Amino acid sequence: MKRTLFILTLLALTLAACGTAPSIGAITPPFVDPGIDPESWAVVPAGVFPYGQHDHMTEVNGYEIMVTDVTNEQYARFLNEALADGTIQVGEVEVEAGELVWRETGVYGAYPGDPFNGYEHEEEIKAGNKLYIATTIEGLRLTFDGTQFAAIHEYSNHPMTMVTWFGANAYCQYYGWRLPTEIEWEKAARGTELVNGHGLPYPWGEHIERNNANYYSSFDLFEKMFGKLGNTTPVGFFNGKTYDGYATLDSTSPYGLYDMAGNVWQWMGDDYPDQHYRMMRGGSFYTYEVDLRVWKNNSAGPQYYSPQVGFRCAR
Amino acid sequence: MQFVKDRFDYLFRSTRGLTLVAIAVVSVITAIFGTLSGPMVEWGIKDITVRVLGMKLVEAEREGRIIMLYHTIAMTVTAIEVYFMTEMLSMKRHEQTIINGVITTGYLTAVIFGLLFAYWGHNFIFHGLFLVGQSLVFFAGILLAIALNPWKKEYLLDKDSPHARSKGGLDLERVAFFVMAIAMLISATFGAVTGSFWGNGHETFLGEDLIRNPHKTELQKAIIGHLHIMLTLLAVGITLIVGRWVKFKGVLHKIAMPLMIIGIIGTTTGALSVVWLEWAHTIIYVGSTFIMLAALMWVIYSWDMLIKEGTAGIKKPNFFQKMGALLKDPLKFGPGWQMVFMNFTVSGVGIFMAVKLEEIFRVWPHREERITLTGHWHILSALVATIILMYFADLSGLKGKVRKWFGWAIIILSDVAFGSATVFSMKRLFVDEINQQGVVNTTMLLMDLGLGIVLVILAMFMVWRLYDLLQKKGHWANEYAAERRLNAETELVEQKRKIEELNAILKEVSK
Repeated sequence: MKRTLFILTLLALTLAACGTAPSIGAITPPFVDPGIDPESWAVVPAGVFPYGQHDHMTEVNGYEIMVTDVTNEQYARFLNEALADGTIQVGEVEVEAGELVWRETGVYGAYPGDPFNGYEHEEEIKAGNKLYIATTIEGLRLTFDGTQFAAIHEYSNHPMTMVTWFGANAYCQYYGWRLPTEIEWEKAARGTELVNGHGLPYPWGEHIERNNANYYSSFDLFEKMFGKLGNTTPVGFFNGKTYDGYATLDSTSPYGLYDMAGNVWQWMGDDYPDQHYRMMRGGSFYTYEVDLRVWKNNSAGPQYYSPQVGFRCAR
Repeated sequence: MQFVKDRFDYLFRSTRGLTLVAIAVVSVITAIFGTLSGPMVEWGIKDITVRVLGMKLVEAEREGRIIMLYHTIAMTVTAIEVYFMTEMLSMKRHEQTIINGVITTGYLTAVIFGLLFAYWGHNFIFHGLFLVGQSLVFFAGILLAIALNPWKKEYLLDKDSPHARSKGGLDLERVAFFVMAIAMLISATFGAVTGSFWGNGHETFLGEDLIRNPHKTELQKAIIGHLHIMLTLLAVGITLIVGRWVKFKGVLHKIAMPLMIIGIIGTTTGALSVVWLEWAHTIIYVGSTFIMLAALMWVIYSWDMLIKEGTAGIKKPNFFQKMGALLKDPLKFGPGWQMVFMNFTVSGVGIFMAVKLEEIFRVWPHREERITLTGHWHILSALVATIILMYFADLSGLKGKVRKWFGWAIIILSDVAFGSATVFSMKRLFVDEINQQGVVNTTMLLMDLGLGIVLVILAMFMVWRLYDLLQKKGHWANEYAAERRLNAETELVEQKRKIEELNAILKEVSK
């Protein structure tokens, strides 16, 4: 009897865990306005800063970087402009990743390719049309009526996700900008301050609290609604405001940037020789807080897209 | 006073006692430092641990802290395996005493000061003592290798021995233990040499973070080779130990031991040659295949033995009777099963990753590849730990229902956790990223539940041993008496041999 009870309890727990799990693709959150302007830019002056986990003092030229990630609304606007002037097309395009080749329907545009050395495990990124976003997949926060793209209202100020590196790069280049390099991104995230010989591990300081950022099991407003794996939050959400009883901490970086830790990984502009993986920085709502430390990176092929990867531009 | 002296003698002068102390040390480390990650962070336990114990956790030092934590656990597990070896393999009493004494001092010093340095602030005296501790463990390894010397006359096997032997009579099982000890010493040297460059051209890193760097430094490669082979050799060590436990012998033993020796040499050579050789992985694959085949021989032997013993009174046992006999004693069945299970959660995953690297794993983001990598070696470590626990529970004389519940709970719950961890790490194979919430919730729950209950069972076992230790005529007293009797008998044989040897010399001289 006791044995049966034990097994039944185990089964019940398992079923309980399986039963209440929504798909991120199916979630529609309420519209929340944090009041941060996604069109704003921050100036990062030239100078040295502690780079990487081991704080190597590194010199960087001055540049400007977006205060927030590019939003769904901004990306929809870009798609409409680029579609109108013929820079991009909508249709079926071949996608290559590792040894795999397949076709996907979506937005695509031309890419000149990466230099290829034939190094062990090096993946060749050939010139040609590349997928920016797939339009027939779950999780895209944009709609397309055959002529125009539009952001889903509730997600309009959330970071643009499900976008490949090619799509992120194309957005920045279309407006004469570029994706930030890893070094630029990190300086913008942590600044130049040294505390006890170390640079800041998080954009706002030395420690992380649950309401500093959107990460796995951070119990933010949206996680409370949709489960601990969570969802994206609007850009600039963690700005010290209280939303529906959920109080956030002002979590800007030393240069006033939002979401430099958590919410979504951000594509970087670097193309390293002999590999061509594209780096991402910042951690996401899918990751534990250790991945939110400013020096941690992630990488994937430039064709990769995900509900937890977005970007911002630099100039 | 006598009360304390008796317990101290048992805990620090007997193999069982020393093993019990080491298992207690690992349990305490797991109980405290396990609260600093995973679900314990989610539940806010980490904050309590840090506050109550006054830990100083600097974010940039997390990887360094973890590396020191791994080392302290590895030193303790190495000590446990060495205790088992010095007890079960023939060697002189003074050799056993010195080896156990040195390694105990070593691992305890490394654990105490390593953890103090890592988690309570960078006092470099602590770091120095951490290195002293590790050096003592290394020195104990040298002493062990000397004691294991299989070419000594007294350790040669007779022609009609049921154990694997060379033409000249070398005990090939002893050779396997000896080769493993030497391989460990060489592999530890690789780690130590690189460690000595710490802060002078070598920076702390976790192997899984570098996996996609096309250009790694020699020091980084040496560390990657070191960490892989040390864990592999610990797994080899426990395989050889449980072989002795079930008195592995006969034809399968004669096939397994040469395979094991070649496997150890091959895998170690391959793992360490990653520093220089592009094709080192090929050597590793070949070497590890030999090791796995040797382990397979052991599994076949032990299961066959369990079936034969369990059906001894039945003339023609049917399938179900055989299965009943096989599964009758989970502590004896478990180690073999865990080795088989390892193929699904460790070796299988590793081979699948290697075969499908370009097609699957390099298409996934680095973080997912990292999860799979860390997952599979955490599972291997934990499997080794469960086998140690089963063996020690048997040594502790668990009987009846407690033995069955303990054994089956360890096997089932750990396998549920390891299986879930494997599914978690491979989830992209069968669920889109956008729909992973369900898989993540379920697998995380099963991992937490499985490992959590195993740890509770371990805690109960340790509490029982602690309670037993407080009894006048507890189990500990019997263990200690039995060990003292055995030691005295061995010593007597040794003394008789020595007297005969001296008499022979006197006789020869007087001629």
